[in-house]
Amino acid sequence: MSQRLLLGALSALVLALFAGSVLIGPAGLGPRDEVPALFGRGDDLIAMVMQEIRLPRAILGVLLGASLGLAGAAIQGFLRNPLAEPGLIGTSASAALGAVLAIQTGLAAAMPLGLPLAALAGALVSVLLILLLAGSRGGALPLILAGIAISALAGAATSLVLNLSPNPFAANEIIFWMMGSLADRSMLHVWMTLPFFALGAGLLLACGRGLDALTLGEDTAASMGLRMGRLRLALVIGVAALVGSATAVAGAVGFVGLVVPHLLRRAVGASPSRLLPASALGGAAVVLAADIAVRMLAPGRDLKLGVLTALVGAPFFLHLIWRTRGDGA
Amino acid sequence: MVGRLFRAGCIALGLWLGGAAHAAPPQRVVSMNLCTDQLAMLLAAPGQLVSVSYLAQDPQASTMVEQARAYPANHGLAEEIYRLRPDLVLAGAYTTRATVAMLQRLGVPVAIFPPEADFDGIRGNLRRMGELLGREAEAEAQIAAFDHGLAALMDTPVQRPTAALYYANSYTSGRDSLAGRIVEAAGLHNIAADAGLSGGGVLALEQLVLANPDLLIRGRRYAGRSRAEEVLDHPAVAALAERAGQTGIADQDWVCGTPRVLGAIARLRDARLGLEQGS
Amino acid sequence: MSLLTLQKLTVARHGRAVLNGIDLTVTGGEFIGLLGPNGAGKTTLLRAALGLLAHGGHSSLAALPAGERARRAAFMAQGRDIAWPLPVERLVALGRTPHGRSPADAPAVERAIAALGLEPLRHRPATELSGGEQARALIARMLAQETPLLVADEPVAGLDPAAQIKVMQVFAGIAGQGRAVLASLHDLGMAARHCTRLILMDGGRIAADGPPEQVLHAGNLARVFGITAWFAATPQGPVFQPLDILTKELP
Repeated sequence: MSQRLLLGALSALVLALFAGSVLIGPAGLGPRDEVPALFGRGDDLIAMVMQEIRLPRAILGVLLGASLGLAGAAIQGFLRNPLAEPGLIGTSASAALGAVLAIQTGLAAAMPLGLPLAALAGALVSVLLILLLAGSRGGALPLILAGIAISALAGAATSLVLNLSPNPFAANEIIFWMMGSLADRSMLHVWMTLPFFALGAGLLLACGRGLDALTLGEDTAASMGLRMGRLRLALVIGVAALVGSATAVAGAVGFVGLVVPHLLRRAVGASPSRLLPASALGGAAVVLAADIAVRMLAPGRDLKLGVLTALVGAPFFLHLIWRTRGDGA
Repeated sequence: MVGRLFRAGCIALGLWLGGAAHAAPPQRVVSMNLCTDQLAMLLAAPGQLVSVSYLAQDPQASTMVEQARAYPANHGLAEEIYRLRPDLVLAGAYTTRATVAMLQRLGVPVAIFPPEADFDGIRGNLRRMGELLGREAEAEAQIAAFDHGLAALMDTPVQRPTAALYYANSYTSGRDSLAGRIVEAAGLHNIAADAGLSGGGVLALEQLVLANPDLLIRGRRYAGRSRAEEVLDHPAVAALAERAGQTGIADQDWVCGTPRVLGAIARLRDARLGLEQGS
Repeated sequence: MSLLTLQKLTVARHGRAVLNGIDLTVTGGEFIGLLGPNGAGKTTLLRAALGLLAHGGHSSLAALPAGERARRAAFMAQGRDIAWPLPVERLVALGRTPHGRSPADAPAVERAIAALGLEPLRHRPATELSGGEQARALIARMLAQETPLLVADEPVAGLDPAAQIKVMQVFAGIAGQGRAVLASLHDLGMAARHCTRLILMDGGRIAADGPPEQVLHAGNLARVFGITAWFAATPQGPVFQPLDILTKELP
């Protein structure tokens, strides 16, 4: 399939799922009421539901999915390891820790961008740690071990902060931060996420040729004119901006960045640069679909997004480990 | 083998002590549940109650903070309860089962109170607490005062304004809950029923908006911050609150079924009367 | 014209010099074989010359900005890293990276594919090829960069005899166009037959430098490799064959 055709098909899928996300909800309205209300016509209450509840949820679904898909594809390309993924290497958990600290210290309330900035800082620390511990020649094992350690540490610290909070609800929120949800977000969250998404997506999409060159190893890439230092900087900031801002509003959603690049890699001829936009669109589609599913499977139960992505993603992960093991033997 | 014999002995001793508790009023009563704390404080004779749970001293959970400060607080741990040498322990149905089982193994009589789901539950628990503490007369007096106060608040409005309870995590309470009874007693129509919720459950934000209640009853905020409470600030909720009447009911007003729920009914009734005057 | 000049090039690792004051000039028309036993410093020399390693002294290539350097010299690393299952033709096209996107890309890729006989493999994922086929694809990638100088670290290791001869002929042909190739090699026979110049390394220094018949004499072979060999100019060209291991006295 040509790249243009693939991106077109993925875009169409995202559009269809976006429409589905906007049109499906517990209120059980019909599209005849919903579509005009989305543009502010018709009943005021329905317009409120469509514009203030459904629309931001669907937009955040796209931003979250695109962030995770793109970050996953980029970090896999950079580490040359198909097991790298923001959730598995601890980036999402660290971003969640940053967000929790911002909320509990009052930073999030004090300044409008405090929440995403703190989550970005958390993500940044974890990406730097991963590069330090696993590096790009380390192979799968150090990467996964470092990821487990960072995830465990960030998760424990998040738990600690929430348990020490004077707020009785805070302690129960660990599940949200570990599994993620898009329920009842507002346009404020969209505006909060957008600048970081634009920054991160811009930086990572520009890494394409560098990641292609890295296919042949760092020395060969450097001999083809790649400036490794600049690529590393762009990648670290880009991944941190995307994962940080998405996690700040939606919690940590795992496995999207693992499954999506894996599914699309063959279709783009394995080229890391072509995988980037395809994974962004694929990630958006997966998260939108998962978010529709949590609303249809268990309405009223606030089923977490990460539950679905992990149910699909974890077996994938095991399969990948199996295959990587086979290659190494 | 020895362990089993020992345990059997302990259980037998516990049963014997449990039986004895009915014979003479207990002298060292320890309460380890917020709701039994408050019932016991209302009814106990001076010196009879030895300790209450720490939650009874927390202004965000308890309606009887001042009285509770007069007692040493416990944290519901078997070890600290046992050291107080109680001859009766009061526990809620949701008190840690392991702790209750441990106390029973150690031979301490434990009385377990179910949560009160309606006004009859309040009367029943008062009466039972009176019997356990040997304070039946005080219990009957409290019940009479409660019924009197309830009757004074009851009126039959021509048309019941609609009301929605909305707490952190989009949680609401329906008719088969104490909160629901209170809303109803205040002369309001709880929209949770229209959404198909009889007990407690999640009321999706968009269902709340479309139900467009006349009165929005939000849970009061706790100290610190949580994402769970963020939904109470959602622009759609804010717009609804601006349109509808709104009031807040703090959790301590109805988390436990004590005669103090009359205060919550009175406040909701005032809010309703304010709505009726406004329109 | 000089394509690479090294002056007093030095690399130290853990305080020990692994490359010690190398002076070398590569000019157009040369196909240089870099020889030496394991650990002599061949790979270090090649990487330092390209600026891929921290080093002392001067390398004309390492001194250039990365983009400019990539248009002057192509490099094939010893490790045959191919991280993703790219189709062979796209892998070869990676060689065009330093040139931006230009209309010269497609013909350059075609020439490289043709030079290594990769046409039947062009749509196959590179990771599914045999080791020798992968090496040919990686050499083609280096050719597609179309630089005046080619630097290759053991390019013919693991290739079958026909492929080895083919690669050596391609390199000789490149030298024939006035460009240059600097390749580390272990097969002394191949080096003797195809290279215009040999550099023999030992212990981080250049032990001998010159045309094959001058470098591969018995004294150098005994001192550096500890072997004896038969080397003669024949009607079929120079023929070199290692014969025996010299029994060394323990120091």
